[in-house]
Amino acid sequence: MSSTRTVTVASSQGLHARPAKLFVEAAQSAGSDVTIAKGEKSVNAASILGVLSLGVEKGDEVLLTAEGENEEQTLDSLETFLKTDHDEAS
Amino acid sequence: MSELSGIGVGRGIATGPVARMSPPPPAPEDQPSELSLEDETQRVKEAVAAVAAELDERGRAVGGTAKDVLEAQAMMAQDPTLEESVQARLKAGKTGEFAVYEAFAEFRETLEQLGGYLGERASDLSDVAQRVIASLRGVPAPGIPDPGHPFILVAEDLAPADTALLDLEKVQALITIQGGPTSHTAILARENSITAIVGVADAAELTEGEQVIVDAVAGTVFTEPTEEQLSDAESRRAAREAEAAAPVTPGALADGTSVPLLANLGSPKGTAEAVELGAEGVGLFRTEFLFLSADEAPSVEQQRESYQQLLEAFPGKKVVVRALDAGADKPLSFLNDQPEENPALGLRGLRALMANEAILKDQLTALAQAQENTEADLWVMAPMVSTVEEAEQFTALAKEHGLATAGVMVEVPSIALMADELMPRTDFASIGTNDLTQYTMAADRLLGSVATLQDPWHPAVLRLIRQVGAAGIDSGKPVGVCGEAAADPLLAVVLVGLGVNTLSMAPAALADVRAELKLHTIEEAKSIAEAALTAATAAQARESALKAAQRS
Repeated sequence: MSSTRTVTVASSQGLHARPAKLFVEAAQSAGSDVTIAKGEKSVNAASILGVLSLGVEKGDEVLLTAEGENEEQTLDSLETFLKTDHDEAS
Repeated sequence: MSELSGIGVGRGIATGPVARMSPPPPAPEDQPSELSLEDETQRVKEAVAAVAAELDERGRAVGGTAKDVLEAQAMMAQDPTLEESVQARLKAGKTGEFAVYEAFAEFRETLEQLGGYLGERASDLSDVAQRVIASLRGVPAPGIPDPGHPFILVAEDLAPADTALLDLEKVQALITIQGGPTSHTAILARENSITAIVGVADAAELTEGEQVIVDAVAGTVFTEPTEEQLSDAESRRAAREAEAAAPVTPGALADGTSVPLLANLGSPKGTAEAVELGAEGVGLFRTEFLFLSADEAPSVEQQRESYQQLLEAFPGKKVVVRALDAGADKPLSFLNDQPEENPALGLRGLRALMANEAILKDQLTALAQAQENTEADLWVMAPMVSTVEEAEQFTALAKEHGLATAGVMVEVPSIALMADELMPRTDFASIGTNDLTQYTMAADRLLGSVATLQDPWHPAVLRLIRQVGAAGIDSGKPVGVCGEAAADPLLAVVLVGLGVNTLSMAPAALADVRAELKLHTIEEAKSIAEAALTAATAAQARESALKAAQRS
């Protein structure tokens, strides 16, 4: 069994640079295996190179899939993460 | 003794031993591995773990934004997708070195294909690959040397990730073989007031540990200096330090012509430093920081508080606040959420504000309230103005809100060309040289592959500035410059010669510009500007200006 969730990314720089790193850290610490997909392409959410290669921009919809323990809980926390703007003002 | 020449950045002079940035190691060759799969796997595993641990360690040591860059690199080293790709190559009988090299190169290509802006991540990845390969070979990692004493860094060129790691206490000066006056190295040196010479083609000859003098004013590296030259350089360095530490005087030319030197600020946090470094006011206050982390525009009250905090630091002084400049590199969903093919040419700056007038009105209201409560002389200006009508609309709207002085930024060639019609219809103009250069040269300022075109010394840009300067003189209205160009001491003199009245820059650049202005009269500044204007290329413009400046 696995659970999925569609989320719109809020960070103003999308999933580049710092937000990408923080997202991957969050995915790595989750109890379940997570994938993140944009359009047709799906990658391991614990892989920073995979996540960067999606080229996720602000406002893009991504599909999260969790498989393993605490699926819903994992998706909840990753969804909250993606809906927050992590780019500090500059 | 010999002399190597390049393009000096700033006015510093330094002496010290050379430490070279190690060149990237040669690419591994594709030879069959002589080790078992288990042994190769184990070697790679250990190398990757060691590199990741070292990057994390360095991240902890430096802190700040560099920490994030380094931690992200550590994650790249240990990336599970990459590990699979390396493993597949090891299974095919490749060596650890070659497997790492190829797997990283494959990912690098993917990142590069995603577009120019991910290029920085791609070079981060190459850096990680080189570290892992160096570790597998048992040789020191390439990168910034750490000889344990002050040194002069000689490098091919510096990448952003390198400069993040520079220990500014130890690096006395930078010499790069590649790079121009607008390269990353030059900008870093200017912002941090580090002595630097870029584009020194012959610097490849310099050897580790050799003593040199780096004279940025002359754009010359002196090798095998005599005792006399060394002590002369040392006393010039000390004199310059004393100059920087002396009480700051208002910006002026040799003949006393006043050229107020102002600060560019991005939030009220930088005000204390700016005042300390002698800023006579603020020439560009960017307001984006209030909006960037928000899903909706901040309230009038929230904005007023921030503006008031800024204005309180400059009683009786001029503070120029730029209305929200969103779009292109800093999109805001509540202003414009339509994807654009060419955001730099899209609904940005004043265009976006006019399409969302309520946001502009709130900002002007908050500014007017902050002005009421403080003593500063508040000026407001509109970003990215293309037409005279836009300038008229913004000026009228600002006045309706009770703001006495309203002007526009000159960043688009169309408005620079119309300067004579523009100036009578607004209170002042401020030239944003970064965008003016980008739009004049049709070269994206964020794209490394066209960076050589992003040079404000280009006579095409200087001619536009001359038109704006002349219109300012004819109309009796002030013209300022806020942009990278104002922070380049020699170019600052050229700008004044073109009719610019005030210069605004990163506070760290103030001292060098102040010192250079003092060396020339207004007549000399005009002839230096003329020399630059009549050149055919950016490089010739700089060279002609330098020759004219040395005569004066």
